[in-house]
Amino acid sequence: MFILVVGAGRVGSAVAKRALEAGHEVSVLDEDPLSHEQLDKDLAESWEDAGGRFTVGTALEVDALLEAGIEQADVFIASTNGDNTNLVIAQIAQRRFNVPRVVVRVLDPARAAWYAEQGLHTICPTQHAIEMVERAALGDAEAAA
Amino acid sequence: MYVIVVGAGKVGWNLARELLGKDHEVTLIESERRRYLIVEQELEHAVQYGDATELWVLERAGIQRADLVIAVTGDDEDNMLICQVAKEKYLCQRIVARVNNPRNLQHFKLLGIRPAVSATDLILRLIEHEVPQYGLVQLLALEGERLEIIELEVADGAPAAGKRVDDVELPEGSLIISVLRGGAGFVPKSDTVIQAGDEVLLILDPGLESSITPQFTRNGASAG
Repeated sequence: MFILVVGAGRVGSAVAKRALEAGHEVSVLDEDPLSHEQLDKDLAESWEDAGGRFTVGTALEVDALLEAGIEQADVFIASTNGDNTNLVIAQIAQRRFNVPRVVVRVLDPARAAWYAEQGLHTICPTQHAIEMVERAALGDAEAAA
Repeated sequence: MYVIVVGAGKVGWNLARELLGKDHEVTLIESERRRYLIVEQELEHAVQYGDATELWVLERAGIQRADLVIAVTGDDEDNMLICQVAKEKYLCQRIVARVNNPRNLQHFKLLGIRPAVSATDLILRLIEHEVPQYGLVQLLALEGERLEIIELEVADGAPAAGKRVDDVELPEGSLIISVLRGGAGFVPKSDTVIQAGDEVLLILDPGLESSITPQFTRNGASAG
Protein backbone atom coordinates (compact mmCIF):
# COMPACT_ATOMS: atom_id res chain seq x y z
CA MET A 1 0.00 0.00 0.00
CA PHE A 2 0.98 3.62 -0.50
CA ILE A 3 0.65 5.54 2.76
CA LEU A 4 0.82 9.32 3.02
CA VAL A 5 1.49 10.72 6.49
CA VAL A 6 1.01 14.46 7.00
CA GLY A 7 2.67 15.69 10.17
CA ALA A 8 5.83 13.96 11.39
CA GLY A 9 5.48 14.42 15.11
CA ARG A 10 5.73 11.57 17.59
CA VAL A 11 2.70 9.73 16.30
CA GLY A 12 3.08 10.44 12.61
CA SER A 13 6.77 9.56 12.40
CA ALA A 14 6.38 6.39 14.48
CA VAL A 15 3.50 5.15 12.34
CA ALA A 16 5.45 6.04 9.19
CA LYS A 17 8.46 4.01 10.31
CA ARG A 18 6.38 0.98 11.28
CA ALA A 19 4.54 1.10 7.97
CA LEU A 20 7.84 1.23 6.08
CA GLU A 21 9.20 -1.72 8.09
CA ALA A 22 6.05 -3.63 7.27
CA GLY A 23 6.90 -3.22 3.60
CA HIS A 24 4.58 -0.40 2.58
CA GLU A 25 5.46 2.57 0.42
CA VAL A 26 5.51 5.59 2.75
CA SER A 27 5.60 9.30 2.02
CA VAL A 28 5.76 11.94 4.76
CA LEU A 29 4.80 15.62 4.42
CA ASP A 30 5.71 18.18 7.08
CA GLU A 31 6.19 21.93 6.98
CA ASP A 32 9.25 21.74 9.24
CA PRO A 33 12.45 20.44 7.56
CA LEU A 34 13.78 19.51 11.00
CA SER A 35 10.99 17.01 11.51
CA HIS A 36 13.07 14.78 9.26
CA GLU A 37 15.14 14.01 12.35
CA GLN A 38 12.15 12.33 13.94
CA LEU A 39 12.14 9.96 10.98
CA ASP A 40 15.89 9.25 11.05
CA LYS A 41 15.89 8.63 14.79
CA ASP A 42 16.39 4.97 15.72
CA LEU A 43 16.95 4.02 12.09
CA ALA A 44 20.25 2.36 11.08
CA GLU A 45 20.29 4.41 7.88
CA SER A 46 18.57 7.61 6.80
CA TRP A 47 14.82 7.70 6.14
CA GLU A 48 15.38 7.98 2.39
CA ASP A 49 17.98 5.19 2.32
CA ALA A 50 15.48 3.01 4.13
CA GLY A 51 13.10 3.70 1.24
CA GLY A 52 10.92 6.47 2.66
CA ARG A 53 9.89 9.71 0.97
CA PHE A 54 9.92 13.12 2.65
CA THR A 55 8.45 16.38 1.37
CA VAL A 56 8.67 19.78 3.03
CA GLY A 57 5.48 21.74 2.58
CA THR A 58 2.28 23.11 4.07
CA ALA A 59 -0.54 20.62 4.20
CA LEU A 60 -3.14 23.05 2.90
CA GLU A 61 -1.14 23.70 -0.26
CA VAL A 62 -2.46 21.38 -2.93
CA ASP A 63 0.90 21.46 -4.72
CA ALA A 64 2.59 20.05 -1.63
CA LEU A 65 0.01 17.28 -1.31
CA LEU A 66 0.48 16.40 -4.99
CA GLU A 67 4.26 16.38 -4.65
CA ALA A 68 3.93 14.06 -1.66
CA GLY A 69 1.88 11.71 -3.85
CA ILE A 70 -1.68 12.12 -2.61
CA GLU A 71 -3.08 10.98 -5.96
CA GLN A 72 -1.50 7.55 -5.50
CA ALA A 73 -2.28 7.25 -1.80
CA ASP A 74 -4.29 4.27 -0.53
CA VAL A 75 -4.10 5.58 3.03
CA PHE A 76 -3.94 9.17 4.26
CA ILE A 77 -2.99 9.93 7.86
CA ALA A 78 -3.59 13.47 9.17
CA SER A 79 -1.31 13.78 12.20
CA THR A 80 -0.14 17.38 12.40
CA ASN A 81 -0.17 19.06 15.79
CA GLY A 82 -3.36 20.99 14.97
CA ASP A 83 -6.87 19.54 15.11
CA ASN A 84 -8.20 22.13 12.71
CA THR A 85 -5.54 21.51 10.10
CA ASN A 86 -6.06 17.75 10.42
CA LEU A 87 -9.83 18.01 9.99
CA VAL A 88 -9.52 20.19 6.91
CA ILE A 89 -6.82 18.17 5.13
CA ALA A 90 -8.56 14.88 5.94
CA GLN A 91 -11.67 16.17 4.19
CA ILE A 92 -9.58 17.35 1.24
CA ALA A 93 -8.04 13.86 0.99
CA GLN A 94 -11.42 12.19 1.21
CA ARG A 95 -13.60 14.45 -0.92
CA ARG A 96 -11.21 15.85 -3.48
CA PHE A 97 -8.65 13.10 -3.93
CA ASN A 98 -10.91 10.17 -3.02
CA VAL A 99 -8.27 8.50 -0.89
CA PRO A 100 -9.88 5.17 0.13
CA ARG A 101 -8.78 5.23 3.75
CA VAL A 102 -8.37 8.45 5.70
CA VAL A 103 -7.36 8.50 9.36
CA VAL A 104 -7.36 11.77 11.28
CA ARG A 105 -5.99 12.57 14.72
CA VAL A 106 -8.28 14.89 16.70
CA LEU A 107 -7.44 15.81 20.30
CA ASP A 108 -10.82 17.39 21.04
CA PRO A 109 -13.19 14.52 22.00
CA ALA A 110 -16.39 16.41 21.10
CA ARG A 111 -15.34 17.12 17.56
CA ALA A 112 -13.72 13.72 17.14
CA ALA A 113 -17.11 12.22 17.91
CA TRP A 114 -19.08 14.51 15.62
CA TYR A 115 -16.75 14.20 12.64
CA ALA A 116 -16.77 10.42 13.12
CA GLU A 117 -20.55 10.57 12.69
CA GLN A 118 -19.97 12.50 9.46
CA GLY A 119 -17.90 9.65 8.06
CA LEU A 120 -14.34 10.55 9.00
CA HIS A 121 -12.22 7.92 10.72
CA THR A 122 -11.13 9.99 13.72
CA ILE A 123 -8.67 8.88 16.39
CA CYS A 124 -8.92 10.77 19.65
CA PRO A 125 -5.90 10.23 21.95
CA THR A 126 -7.57 12.37 24.61
CA GLN A 127 -10.60 10.09 24.75
CA HIS A 128 -8.35 7.04 25.07
CA ALA A 129 -6.39 8.76 27.84
CA ILE A 130 -9.59 9.64 29.70
CA GLU A 131 -10.78 6.06 29.59
CA MET A 132 -7.41 4.64 30.62
CA VAL A 133 -6.97 7.07 33.48
CA GLU A 134 -10.52 6.45 34.60
CA ARG A 135 -9.96 2.70 34.56
CA ALA A 136 -6.63 3.01 36.37
CA ALA A 137 -8.00 5.34 39.01
CA LEU A 138 -11.44 3.93 39.60
CA GLY A 139 -10.96 0.30 38.61
CA ASP A 140 -12.79 -1.65 35.91
CA ALA A 141 -15.92 -2.18 37.99
CA GLU A 142 -16.36 1.52 38.72
CA ALA A 143 -15.63 2.53 35.14
CA ALA A 144 -18.17 0.02 33.85
CA ALA A 145 -20.84 1.10 36.33
CA MET B 1 -31.46 39.02 14.08
CA TYR B 2 -28.98 37.16 16.28
CA VAL B 3 -25.45 37.15 14.88
CA ILE B 4 -22.38 35.31 16.15
CA VAL B 5 -19.11 36.83 14.98
CA VAL B 6 -15.92 34.83 15.55
CA GLY B 7 -12.61 36.65 15.73
CA ALA B 8 -12.26 40.08 17.34
CA GLY B 9 -9.63 41.43 14.99
CA LYS B 10 -10.19 44.66 13.08
CA VAL B 11 -12.88 43.13 10.90
CA GLY B 12 -14.71 41.26 13.65
CA TRP B 13 -14.68 44.11 16.12
CA ASN B 14 -15.92 46.68 13.63
CA LEU B 15 -18.49 44.28 12.28
CA ALA B 16 -19.82 43.60 15.79
CA ARG B 17 -19.94 47.30 16.57
CA GLU B 18 -21.85 48.08 13.38
CA LEU B 19 -24.31 45.24 13.86
CA LEU B 20 -24.95 46.33 17.45
CA GLY B 21 -25.51 49.86 16.17
CA LYS B 22 -28.21 48.48 13.88
CA ASP B 23 -29.91 46.92 16.89
CA HIS B 24 -28.96 43.35 16.13
CA GLU B 25 -28.11 41.00 18.95
CA VAL B 26 -24.44 40.11 18.65
CA THR B 27 -21.98 37.79 20.36
CA LEU B 28 -18.35 38.23 19.40
CA ILE B 29 -16.00 35.36 20.29
CA GLU B 30 -12.27 35.87 20.74
CA SER B 31 -9.74 33.20 21.69
CA GLU B 32 -6.82 35.42 22.57
CA ARG B 33 -7.09 36.54 26.20
CA ARG B 34 -5.42 39.93 25.89
CA ARG B 35 -7.36 40.89 22.81
CA TYR B 36 -10.57 39.79 24.52
CA LEU B 37 -9.89 42.05 27.52
CA ILE B 38 -9.33 45.07 25.27
CA VAL B 39 -12.49 44.50 23.26
CA GLU B 40 -14.48 43.68 26.39
CA GLN B 41 -13.91 47.20 27.70
CA GLU B 42 -16.08 48.49 24.89
CA LEU B 43 -18.46 45.68 24.02
CA GLU B 44 -18.84 44.28 27.55
CA HIS B 45 -21.14 41.25 27.67
CA ALA B 46 -21.40 41.12 23.87
CA VAL B 47 -17.93 39.56 23.68
CA GLN B 48 -17.04 36.11 24.99
CA TYR B 49 -13.65 34.55 25.56
CA GLY B 50 -13.02 31.13 24.03
CA ASP B 51 -11.93 29.04 21.07
CA ALA B 52 -14.93 28.90 18.77
CA THR B 53 -13.66 25.82 17.00
CA GLU B 54 -14.71 24.00 20.18
CA LEU B 55 -18.34 23.01 20.14
CA TRP B 56 -19.10 23.96 23.72
CA VAL B 57 -17.90 27.52 23.11
CA LEU B 58 -20.32 27.87 20.20
CA GLU B 59 -23.09 26.33 22.28
CA ARG B 60 -22.39 28.68 25.17
CA ALA B 61 -22.76 31.56 22.73
CA GLY B 62 -26.19 30.19 21.76
CA ILE B 63 -25.42 28.93 18.27
CA GLN B 64 -28.66 26.92 18.25
CA ARG B 65 -30.63 30.12 17.87
CA ALA B 66 -28.19 32.10 15.71
CA ASP B 67 -29.55 33.49 12.44
CA LEU B 68 -26.11 34.21 11.06
CA VAL B 69 -22.60 33.01 11.90
CA ILE B 70 -19.67 35.02 10.60
CA ALA B 71 -16.16 33.56 10.94
CA VAL B 72 -13.51 36.22 10.42
CA THR B 73 -10.50 34.91 12.32
CA GLY B 74 -7.03 35.17 10.81
CA ASP B 75 -6.91 31.42 10.38
CA ASP B 76 -8.56 29.82 7.36
CA GLU B 77 -8.85 26.34 8.87
CA ASP B 78 -10.67 27.80 11.86
CA ASN B 79 -13.05 29.78 9.66
CA MET B 80 -13.81 26.71 7.54
CA LEU B 81 -14.52 24.44 10.49
CA ILE B 82 -16.56 26.99 12.45
CA CYS B 83 -18.79 27.53 9.43
CA GLN B 84 -18.95 23.81 8.70
CA VAL B 85 -20.24 22.89 12.16
CA ALA B 86 -22.53 25.95 12.24
CA LYS B 87 -24.14 24.81 9.01
CA GLU B 88 -24.07 21.04 9.30
CA LYS B 89 -24.30 20.38 13.03
CA TYR B 90 -26.34 23.35 14.24
CA LEU B 91 -28.26 23.88 10.98
CA CYS B 92 -27.57 27.59 10.97
CA GLN B 93 -29.27 29.07 7.92
CA ARG B 94 -26.65 31.64 7.05
CA ILE B 95 -22.91 31.64 7.32
CA VAL B 96 -20.19 33.93 6.08
CA ALA B 97 -16.52 32.96 6.12
CA ARG B 98 -13.47 35.09 5.66
CA VAL B 99 -10.71 33.76 3.43
CA ASN B 100 -7.30 35.03 4.50
CA ASN B 101 -5.23 33.29 1.86
CA PRO B 102 -6.97 33.35 -1.53
CA ARG B 103 -5.28 30.05 -2.36
CA ASN B 104 -7.49 28.44 0.27
CA LEU B 105 -10.71 29.50 -1.47
CA GLN B 106 -10.86 26.11 -3.21
CA HIS B 107 -10.97 24.37 0.18
CA PHE B 108 -13.85 26.54 1.38
CA LYS B 109 -15.74 25.58 -1.77
CA LEU B 110 -14.91 21.89 -1.31
CA LEU B 111 -16.42 21.98 2.18
CA GLY B 112 -19.50 23.83 0.94
CA ILE B 113 -18.68 27.04 2.81
CA ARG B 114 -20.49 29.76 0.93
CA PRO B 115 -20.21 32.69 0.82
CA ALA B 116 -16.49 32.86 1.42
CA VAL B 117 -15.26 36.42 1.34
CA SER B 118 -11.66 36.90 0.44
CA ALA B 119 -11.35 40.64 0.71
CA THR B 120 -11.34 42.16 4.16
CA ASP B 121 -12.50 45.44 2.77
CA LEU B 122 -15.57 43.97 1.11
CA ILE B 123 -17.24 43.44 4.49
CA LEU B 124 -16.33 46.91 5.66
CA ARG B 125 -17.42 48.53 2.41
CA LEU B 126 -20.86 46.99 2.74
CA ILE B 127 -21.21 48.34 6.22
CA GLU B 128 -20.09 51.79 5.15
CA HIS B 129 -22.81 51.85 2.55
CA GLU B 130 -25.36 50.99 5.18
CA VAL B 131 -26.80 48.10 3.35
CA PRO B 132 -30.11 47.02 4.87
CA GLN B 133 -29.95 44.12 7.27
CA TYR B 134 -30.98 41.24 5.08
CA GLY B 135 -29.29 42.67 2.02
CA LEU B 136 -25.97 42.00 3.64
CA VAL B 137 -26.01 38.28 3.03
CA GLN B 138 -27.64 38.36 -0.36
CA LEU B 139 -25.05 40.81 -1.50
CA LEU B 140 -22.22 38.60 -0.49
CA ALA B 141 -23.85 35.56 -2.04
CA LEU B 142 -23.23 36.99 -5.49
CA GLU B 143 -19.59 37.70 -4.80
CA GLY B 144 -18.46 34.69 -6.86
CA GLU B 145 -20.34 35.98 -9.89
CA ARG B 146 -18.89 39.48 -9.47
CA LEU B 147 -22.33 40.97 -9.14
CA GLU B 148 -23.83 42.95 -6.32
CA ILE B 149 -27.34 43.72 -5.24
CA ILE B 150 -28.02 46.79 -3.15
CA GLU B 151 -31.14 48.08 -1.53
CA LEU B 152 -31.80 51.81 -1.31
CA GLU B 153 -34.62 53.88 0.06
CA VAL B 154 -35.80 56.67 -2.22
CA ALA B 155 -35.56 59.93 -0.28
CA ASP B 156 -37.97 62.84 -0.56
CA GLY B 157 -36.68 65.14 -3.25
CA ALA B 158 -34.24 62.59 -4.67
CA PRO B 159 -33.57 62.89 -8.41
CA ALA B 160 -35.19 59.50 -9.03
CA ALA B 161 -38.40 60.31 -7.09
CA GLY B 162 -41.30 60.90 -9.47
CA LYS B 163 -39.34 59.62 -12.48
CA ARG B 164 -40.12 56.67 -14.74
CA VAL B 165 -37.63 53.81 -14.37
CA ASP B 166 -36.52 54.53 -17.93
CA ASP B 167 -35.62 58.09 -17.02
CA VAL B 168 -33.60 57.43 -13.85
CA GLU B 169 -30.00 58.23 -14.67
CA LEU B 170 -28.14 55.05 -13.90
CA PRO B 171 -24.67 54.06 -15.09
CA GLU B 172 -24.08 51.21 -17.54
CA GLY B 173 -24.01 47.89 -15.71
CA SER B 174 -26.83 48.61 -13.28
CA LEU B 175 -30.52 47.81 -13.29
CA ILE B 176 -33.50 48.32 -10.98
CA ILE B 177 -34.84 44.83 -10.43
CA SER B 178 -37.45 45.32 -7.73
CA VAL B 179 -39.50 48.00 -6.04
CA LEU B 180 -40.81 47.57 -2.51
CA ARG B 181 -43.82 49.78 -1.85
CA GLY B 182 -46.30 49.57 1.01
CA GLY B 183 -44.90 46.27 2.20
CA ALA B 184 -45.14 44.53 -1.18
CA GLY B 185 -42.49 44.07 -3.83
CA PHE B 186 -42.91 44.01 -7.58
CA VAL B 187 -40.72 43.96 -10.66
CA PRO B 188 -40.94 47.38 -12.30
CA LYS B 189 -41.50 48.02 -15.98
CA SER B 190 -39.79 50.79 -17.90
CA ASP B 191 -42.78 53.11 -17.32
CA THR B 192 -43.14 52.40 -13.59
CA VAL B 193 -42.87 55.67 -11.68
CA ILE B 194 -40.50 55.58 -8.72
CA GLN B 195 -41.94 57.26 -5.62
CA ALA B 196 -40.30 58.75 -2.55
CA GLY B 197 -40.39 56.17 0.24
CA ASP B 198 -40.00 53.24 -2.15
CA GLU B 199 -37.22 50.78 -1.49
CA VAL B 200 -35.51 49.74 -4.69
CA LEU B 201 -33.25 46.79 -5.31
CA LEU B 202 -30.56 47.24 -7.90
CA ILE B 203 -28.24 44.73 -9.45
CA LEU B 204 -24.91 46.16 -10.46
CA ASP B 205 -21.33 45.53 -11.39
CA PRO B 206 -19.12 45.89 -8.31
CA GLY B 207 -17.86 49.42 -7.76
CA LEU B 208 -20.82 51.35 -9.17
CA GLU B 209 -22.57 52.17 -5.87
CA SER B 210 -21.11 55.64 -5.55
CA SER B 211 -22.50 56.70 -8.92
CA ILE B 212 -25.92 55.17 -8.18
CA THR B 213 -26.71 56.33 -4.65
CA PRO B 214 -26.93 60.07 -5.55
CA GLN B 215 -30.01 59.33 -7.68
CA PHE B 216 -31.88 58.11 -4.62
CA THR B 217 -30.77 60.56 -1.94
CA ARG B 218 -32.00 64.08 -1.37
CA ASN B 219 -30.34 66.75 -3.52
CA GLY B 220 -28.38 63.98 -5.12
CA ALA B 221 -26.02 63.97 -2.13
CA SER B 222 -23.72 61.01 -1.78
CA ALA B 223 -24.90 58.51 0.81
CA GLY B 224 -21.32 57.66 1.73
